[in-house]
Amino acid sequence: MKYTQGKYILVSKKTLAKEIYDFEILCPDIAEVAVAGQFVNVIADGYTLRRPISICGIDKEKGTIRIVFEVRGKGTKQIAKINEGEMIDILGPLGKGFPMDDYKTAITVGGGIGTPPMNEIAKHFGENCRSISGFRNAAAVILQDDLKSFGAETILCTDDGSMGRKGFVTEALKDEVNKKKPDVIYACGPNVMIKGVVDIAKEAGVPCFISLEERMGCGIGACLVCACRTVKNGEEYYAHVCKDGPVFNSEEVIF
Amino acid sequence: MADLSVKVAGVDFKNPVIVASGTFGYGREYEELFPLSVLGGISTKGTTGVKRTGNPSPRIAETPSGILNSVGLQNPGIDYFIANELPYLKTKDTTIVANIAGSTPEECAEVAKKLDSTDVDMIELNISCPNVKQGGAAFGTSCEGAAAVTRIVRNATKKPLMVKLSPNVTSIVDIAKAVEAEGADAVSLINTLLGMRIDINTRRPILKNNVGGLSGPCVFPVAVRMVWQVANAVGIDVVGMGGIATYEDAIEMMMAGAKAIQIGTVLFNNPYAAVDIVNGMNEWCDKNGVRNIGEISGTVKKW
Repeated sequence: MKYTQGKYILVSKKTLAKEIYDFEILCPDIAEVAVAGQFVNVIADGYTLRRPISICGIDKEKGTIRIVFEVRGKGTKQIAKINEGEMIDILGPLGKGFPMDDYKTAITVGGGIGTPPMNEIAKHFGENCRSISGFRNAAAVILQDDLKSFGAETILCTDDGSMGRKGFVTEALKDEVNKKKPDVIYACGPNVMIKGVVDIAKEAGVPCFISLEERMGCGIGACLVCACRTVKNGEEYYAHVCKDGPVFNSEEVIF
Repeated sequence: MADLSVKVAGVDFKNPVIVASGTFGYGREYEELFPLSVLGGISTKGTTGVKRTGNPSPRIAETPSGILNSVGLQNPGIDYFIANELPYLKTKDTTIVANIAGSTPEECAEVAKKLDSTDVDMIELNISCPNVKQGGAAFGTSCEGAAAVTRIVRNATKKPLMVKLSPNVTSIVDIAKAVEAEGADAVSLINTLLGMRIDINTRRPILKNNVGGLSGPCVFPVAVRMVWQVANAVGIDVVGMGGIATYEDAIEMMMAGAKAIQIGTVLFNNPYAAVDIVNGMNEWCDKNGVRNIGEISGTVKKW
């Protein structure tokens, strides 16, 4: 656990899809220690609470991290106004990331804006990774070239069939698991999707790690607001998404 | 360099900036960012006789210039605190205020008694948590309730006792006088103001608890007013809190009558706020010829 807070330069800003922004931030001290699945807590100027945004890319050589986020409300809209060359105030890297060292082959499942945290997993597993992503339609599709660039096999789903296969990621996941069982499954996306993924993983007997979202305060585990119902050693308790997560072993989470 | 040290109910604080209960855990998380020794004091997470799981999520909602929270006193219980958190905190060279709560006055007293033989510097009795069904604000919103819980806790401990007051009352001055009469050594105020937000799309409250405590800069003027009224009505020391975000706010709160101040919500925005406020106070004192920060307490000249 080592995080810092400061103002860093936004070195590159792109739009990946409607209301979806791709920021590259020069923050060597954060990039140096960040791992896949962690997040940063970002100042939205004029708002009391920082906005937690997952890390999509880590470049330790360049000293940069990449965050990809969707404008969901006033706070993220404010963050999206920051221009290239301006400063962005972030606290990070925060939380626990995806455990990856014990596994050789993986399937990642990303739903919509849950896709960005899958990027660093694909980078780690390379050709041993199958990345399933789901979006509403072709216009909302992001990050497929990035996932491919690491050698991952990409399986794209859209709700309306306007790109890739038509239907939900959970159906694609079933097919892929039947084809060849992976050592591990990782997922991030809407709760209903995560629940579906967890059920499939459980049935197949494959370990599954999920990245969760909750309304947060401090982001570091002090204020205890981002509670998530979990069970460990038979005992139920409220863990905290910012410090105990955002990545949890799916067996510990009570939906 | 001005002398920033202050005394509250005979307890020494190296500066007037105390981090407020519930916003700072037991200090471990913020210690990653700065040494805890820069703080005047730490008011630790509200701790009860038995451990509490707290309320379901969401427990937080943003408001204009503030937040609502409904954590519900999640904590590992007093025995865990004394065994695992307090010894660690006592090595940090800052004043430790143990914030305590309970479902019943007897539970509060039991917690206070357990702390009596520890080396905690001060006890802050929370009679104002708006987020629990029993105890909390239930004691703190009537003079009789506040007096009764203060009396039993006072009898359970020789530690300096500060009582944290609820603003959700008709007259906070009357409550302050009631706890003073029962032997409280200080009062701290204000706890959060009870509030509510609704998601207009789902027609559901944002907080799973429906209602929660409002804090942040939006409550600051209410807090200043209440501190000023209470400080003018009681003989015991007052610690002021509620929406303090800058050193100017901290100085204003002291001028209203506070001997020391607490900060909380601002930490979620600026985790270094305590450090910034201490530095800002120091510079302000130097610029204004104030040798000892304690001199400014209660110096507002009313019209």
